Amino acid sequence: MEFRDYYEIMGVDRSATQDEIKRAYRKLARKYHPDISKDTDAEDKFKEMGEAYEVLKDPEKRAAYDQLGQNYKDGQDFTPPPGWDAGFEFSGGGFEGAADSAVFSDFFESLFGQAGFTRGRGQAGGFHARGQDHHAKILIDLEDAIQGATRMITLQVPEVDQQDHVQTRSRTLNVNIPKGVKQGQQIRLAGQGAAGMGQGGTGDLYLEIEFKPHSIYHVEGHDIYLDLPVTPWEAALGGTIKVPTPSGIVEMKIPAGSSSGKKMRLKGRGIPAKTAGDFYVVLKISLPDADSDKAKALYEQMKNELNFNPRQKLGV
Amino acid sequence: MSTTPKQTLTGLILDEDCLFTLDEMSIACSVRTEYIIELVDEGIVEPTEQQREQQQWSFTGKNLLRARKARRLQHDLDINLAGAALVLDMLEEIEQLREQLRRLG
Repeated sequence: MEFRDYYEIMGVDRSATQDEIKRAYRKLARKYHPDISKDTDAEDKFKEMGEAYEVLKDPEKRAAYDQLGQNYKDGQDFTPPPGWDAGFEFSGGGFEGAADSAVFSDFFESLFGQAGFTRGRGQAGGFHARGQDHHAKILIDLEDAIQGATRMITLQVPEVDQQDHVQTRSRTLNVNIPKGVKQGQQIRLAGQGAAGMGQGGTGDLYLEIEFKPHSIYHVEGHDIYLDLPVTPWEAALGGTIKVPTPSGIVEMKIPAGSSSGKKMRLKGRGIPAKTAGDFYVVLKISLPDADSDKAKALYEQMKNELNFNPRQKLGV
Repeated sequence: MSTTPKQTLTGLILDEDCLFTLDEMSIACSVRTEYIIELVDEGIVEPTEQQREQQQWSFTGKNLLRARKARRLQHDLDINLAGAALVLDMLEEIEQLREQLRRLG
């Protein structure tokens, strides 16, 4: 087990006052709250500082931790000395509604897990609490949202064994990704969270859908967008061109006189849903290189024969 | 230790189409129904037919997620409901702006 330096985690001095610790916590909590921060490791950081604060905010726990930790550095191998907590009275109070509290590290559990405050398992006089909800992100491909898919996900689940130790167990689930899910949407699997205590019900599992970036399409809600390169003559003269879509190649008519950036819609060819999304093609005019005598001659011919000034509106 | 999944689970997409009662909301958020009513008063969540009896209210999946978020923010950051409401609205606005940036980027 590694020693955790709670002062380092919170970025405060060992001599910090309780007020300073509280201020540091508030600041960090606003920064790393998983609902606010976009940091990928925000959740881990938030849990880590929650644990640090759980100890440092409580003068009794802090004093015990200080005495124990004065010779240790963060990450150093650590075994709690037997009876280390003798003489300290943990009146607890920290855990409000045990099932609701965060799951702390082995380090925390070994120090404060058994002493003074219990995690409120059934024996604590008819204590009931609903199991914790779990939350996980799943990355899916655009194709999964269109056709639906099955995903195997593995969750790390903390469990309290009969010796009151918290252990992590990995749990694997097969989950249906229904057709028509959107970026950021959440799927709830009722009763797939942590077990409750006493008569408390089981928690739920929330899966947040995240689309992997696609090489050619981008998705907005149920709509799919494609930037489609076209030649100047296709744009100018119109014509029928081939367009790749996730459900196969389709042909699309371009009207004569189309400009770059023109948006065209293929109705109902987006992600299927009650109201199916649309497929949008955004035309991007691509110019051939003037890299041969023939190409140069053609550009010269246009220059001489077309009276074209794209900057007319700018007055020059 | 790992267990192999025996069956494939199907969840519920929390969108505008799925509805939850007041009791279901309070269970899902691990709060008393009074808390959900406070969220309604604050305008954080809106039942589909607010003029009806509370026991006949129904909330969309989006509302459920907002209620859960409001509770987490309130609990973790020690802010009041008005503060949580403001944070929620601003987070939504930031998300929309990010989406626009992605589109332009």
